[in-house]
Amino acid sequence: MPQVTLTVNGQTHTAEVEGRTLLVELLRETLRLTGTHVGCDTSQCGACVVHINGESVKSCTTLAVMANGANVTTIEGLAKADGTLHAMQEAFREYHALQCGFCTPGMVMSAIDLVQKHPEGLTEQQIREGLEGNLCRCTGYHNIVKAIAAAAEVMHGKRSEIARAAE
Amino acid sequence: MYDFAYHKPATVADAVKLLADPDAKAISGGHTLIPALKHRLNKPSAVVDLSGIAEMKGIKRVGNAIVIGALTRHVEVATSAEVKAAIPALAYLASHIGDVQVRNRGTLGGSVSNNDPAADYPAAVLGLGATIHTSKRKIAADDFFQGMFTTALEQDEILTAIEFPIPEKAGYAKMKNPASRYVMAGVFVAKTGGAVRVAVNGAGPCVFRQADMEKALAANWSADAVAGVKQSADGLNGDIHGSAEYRAHLVGVMAKRAIAAAG
Repeated sequence: MPQVTLTVNGQTHTAEVEGRTLLVELLRETLRLTGTHVGCDTSQCGACVVHINGESVKSCTTLAVMANGANVTTIEGLAKADGTLHAMQEAFREYHALQCGFCTPGMVMSAIDLVQKHPEGLTEQQIREGLEGNLCRCTGYHNIVKAIAAAAEVMHGKRSEIARAAE
Repeated sequence: MYDFAYHKPATVADAVKLLADPDAKAISGGHTLIPALKHRLNKPSAVVDLSGIAEMKGIKRVGNAIVIGALTRHVEVATSAEVKAAIPALAYLASHIGDVQVRNRGTLGGSVSNNDPAADYPAAVLGLGATIHTSKRKIAADDFFQGMFTTALEQDEILTAIEFPIPEKAGYAKMKNPASRYVMAGVFVAKTGGAVRVAVNGAGPCVFRQADMEKALAANWSADAVAGVKQSADGLNGDIHGSAEYRAHLVGVMAKRAIAAAG
């Protein structure tokens, strides 16, 4: 069986996998990092989005062997060791950008990639288009978009804290 | 998904040897093959991962053409300063394939080799009259696309790069299915060296040239010129997403938009 060595959230792991093992299966079943979700399993919903070498990818549509040597970040790798949330997580909490929470890990990972790729800032339209690969089926997108706009200000150093949502 | 052996060759020559096995499949971004494997539509004995082949990567200008390595991902074409300067319509097309995550993994060579009727890239390849470079030869776009999911590529032949002539003007417009984002009908128009080419994707079983529109645009490069050209519904795709007649109508609308985009 092929062997794969990859860094996940800063830790190096080596595992034996089948050729057909998906990256999301390696993350969830072997490494027990179950924050990354499998929703549609057809590359559409984005619940499985993780970062490979800093770019958002759908881990249900990536073979584990293809991530050999890669640096992978999952939702579990965002908060600091002391529990301080990443600005994007904090913004999702502040703006109530989730209801059932199933799509949230993928939304957060996609949103961070989107914000990082646009240091010049993002319009609401760009945020909405940037989420084309992530589906939310319950709370809707309004608060997700607001949260991403608020997190972008902190990630780009324009504010030190997430702006409070309107009471 | 059925299991398979996995190989990651470092050179085109090694990849060709591995693909001599008729049951082996090439993979690059995997965003078409992996979903197909999940559905058990395919049972390859081996998957040959091309992503480690350095000679198939990169974007460069060679004379009056842009040559793009087959492994170049959609995001790289979409954001390439070289492509944006020389063929902005191609960068635009690449920036509208699938979604962000598809563009972060999917490759030019994979899309063109697969020749999905609803893929975007074949329209640019045919519309720009590109030349396909393979491990064996060079193939003109007009000879490459042969039918639904069918190309001139042989089993052990790998698409290595595509050479796009730089046009005077080019534009692309598509109507995408709002759920799947696949193209319902798209039109790529280009004027290159004074010659006009119009390629239609999504509407038929395979990308095709619209000769009547080419003639009309050669005489008068304007959206008005194609307004009088009727696209026949014969042979076009009809399914739950839209009838052949609807797609035929869309071809006219997208042609006008593509010309407006080309300027």
